[in-house]
Amino acid sequence: MKTIIECKDAAASYDGKKVLGSLSFKLNEGDLMCILGENGSGKSTLVKCLLGIKPLDSGKIIMGEGLKPTDIGYLPQYTNISNGFPATVSEVVLSGCLGRRGLRPFYSSAEKKIAAQAMERLGIADLAKRSCRELSGGQQQRMFLARAMCAAKKLLLLDEPLNGLDPAAQEEMYTLITDLNKKDGMTVIMVSHDVMRSVDCASRILCLCNSDHCFFGTPEEYLGSHISSKFIGGTK
Amino acid sequence: MNENIRLMFTPEFFGAILLPALIGGIAITICSSLLGVTLVLKRYSMIGDGLSHIGYGALSVAAVMNLAPLKVALPVVVIAAFILLRLSESSKINGDAAIALFSTTALAAGILVSSKAGMTNDVSHYMFGSILAMTKSDVILSVVLSVIVILAFIFLYNRIFSVTFDENFARATGVNAGIYNMVFAVLTAVTVVLGMMMMGALLISSLIVIPTLTAMRICSSFKGVVLVSGAVSVASFLTGMMMSLLFNTAPGASIVIVNVFFFLVFSVIGKLLRRPGIS
Repeated sequence: MKTIIECKDAAASYDGKKVLGSLSFKLNEGDLMCILGENGSGKSTLVKCLLGIKPLDSGKIIMGEGLKPTDIGYLPQYTNISNGFPATVSEVVLSGCLGRRGLRPFYSSAEKKIAAQAMERLGIADLAKRSCRELSGGQQQRMFLARAMCAAKKLLLLDEPLNGLDPAAQEEMYTLITDLNKKDGMTVIMVSHDVMRSVDCASRILCLCNSDHCFFGTPEEYLGSHISSKFIGGTK
Repeated sequence: MNENIRLMFTPEFFGAILLPALIGGIAITICSSLLGVTLVLKRYSMIGDGLSHIGYGALSVAAVMNLAPLKVALPVVVIAAFILLRLSESSKINGDAAIALFSTTALAAGILVSSKAGMTNDVSHYMFGSILAMTKSDVILSVVLSVIVILAFIFLYNRIFSVTFDENFARATGVNAGIYNMVFAVLTAVTVVLGMMMMGALLISSLIVIPTLTAMRICSSFKGVVLVSGAVSVASFLTGMMMSLLFNTAPGASIVIVNVFFFLVFSVIGKLLRRPGIS
C-alpha cells in the first residue's frame, strides 16, 4: 500500500488559539477516513492545513509521491450561496478545473469534458445551465462534490458534506462518496458528525478530542476505545 | 432644446469638451461596472462608497494645501482600500461599521479643512462631480485604467470567478486569492478617484453597485452578469449625458437616475421571466 498523505506531529491554531497539538496519522491510497470531533476541535483547521491554505505551527504534512496540494479536490464547509450569486451549475463545476490548468487563461475542451463527466456521474447534467441559486440543498452539495471531483486527481477532502441535507439527500451523498472511494479508488478524507455512519463506511477514523489528545485507527479499534462512548452516548 | 442640440455639436464644444468627457466617462463606467460585479458579489459594496468619501477628504486637503489633487488622493485612497479590505475580511471587527467610521471621519476632515480655508466652491466639484471639466490627463488615465481592467477580466476571468464565488476553494486550487484581492483594491481605488471627478463623491458608488444589481435581475450566469452590467452601465452613461445636455440637468445625477430606471425595468423583466433575484 502506498502512503498518500502523512501528518507528523502537526500543531495548528485558529485565531491565535491552539486547536491541534502533535497530531500524527498516515493514510494509504484508497482509504476513506472520517474525521470526528466536537465543534471547535479543529476539524476544519486540519482540513485547511492539509490543503495547504493554512500554515502549521509545527510538525509537517508529507504528501505521497506525485501528490500536489492542487491535486486535491475540496468541498468546503457551509458554502452559502443563498445570497443569490449568479452562476450556472456548469460555471461552478468547471471552476474545479482551475488547479489543473496552471497559468493558461482559458479552459480547454478536455477540461470541459471532465466537468461534464463529473456532472453526469452525480446526476446533475440536466441542471448544467440552471442558476445555482435555484437548486435544492442536495443538488447544491452534489454540484460542489462535482467541482471537487474536477480538482481531485487522487484525494478528496470533504468538510461536512452532509451539512444541512435532509435524510434522503444525506443517504444519496453517502452512496456517492462511498462509490467514489470503492469504485474509482479515490482516497477520501471526510469531516462528519455522524459517528455511526462514519464507523460504518470508513476504513480509518480520526477523532479530535482536544488539542493534546486524539484517536487514529480503524473503526473497530475506535468502537473499542473509551473515546467513542462519549459520542455514541454510552457512559465512560 | 433645439438650441442645446445645435450648441452640442459646435466644434468648440464637441471636440474640446464633450468628446473627452464621453471617452473618459465610458472608460470609467466600464471599469466601475466590471469591478462592481466582484465587489457586490463579495459583499464589499460599501467599500466603493467609503473610498469615495475618503477620496473626497484627501482631495480637499490637497486643494487647501495647493498640492496636485490626484497625486495626493490616489495614494491615500489606495492605502485606504487595503485597510478597508482587511477590515472586511477580518471576522473580529464589524466591517460595515468600520467602513462607516473611516469614511465619515475622512469626509468630516475634508469639509472641516476646506471650510476653514474658505474653498468650498472648488471642493464642491468633488462632491457633485464635473464631467465636462475632465482634463486631458484625466481622460488618458481613465482610458489606460479601463484597458487594464478589461484585459484583466478577459485573461483572468476564470480566476476572478473562482475568487469571487468561493475564496477558500480558489485558495485550495492554488489561486493566490490575496494577490487578487489586492489588485482589486488598487483598481477599485483608482476607479473611485477618477469616477469621483466625473460623478462626484456622493454618486460614484452607484456606478459600482447599480449595474451589477440590474444585470442580476435577468442573468443566471456569472458571465451574463459581467457582460450585461458593462453594457447597461455604458448605455446609462450615454443616455444620462444626453439628458443632462438636453435638459440642463446635473450630469452625475442624470446618469444615476437612468441607471435606476434600467434597474426597475430589468426587475420587471426578471419577474416576468420568473427568475428569483437577490432577496
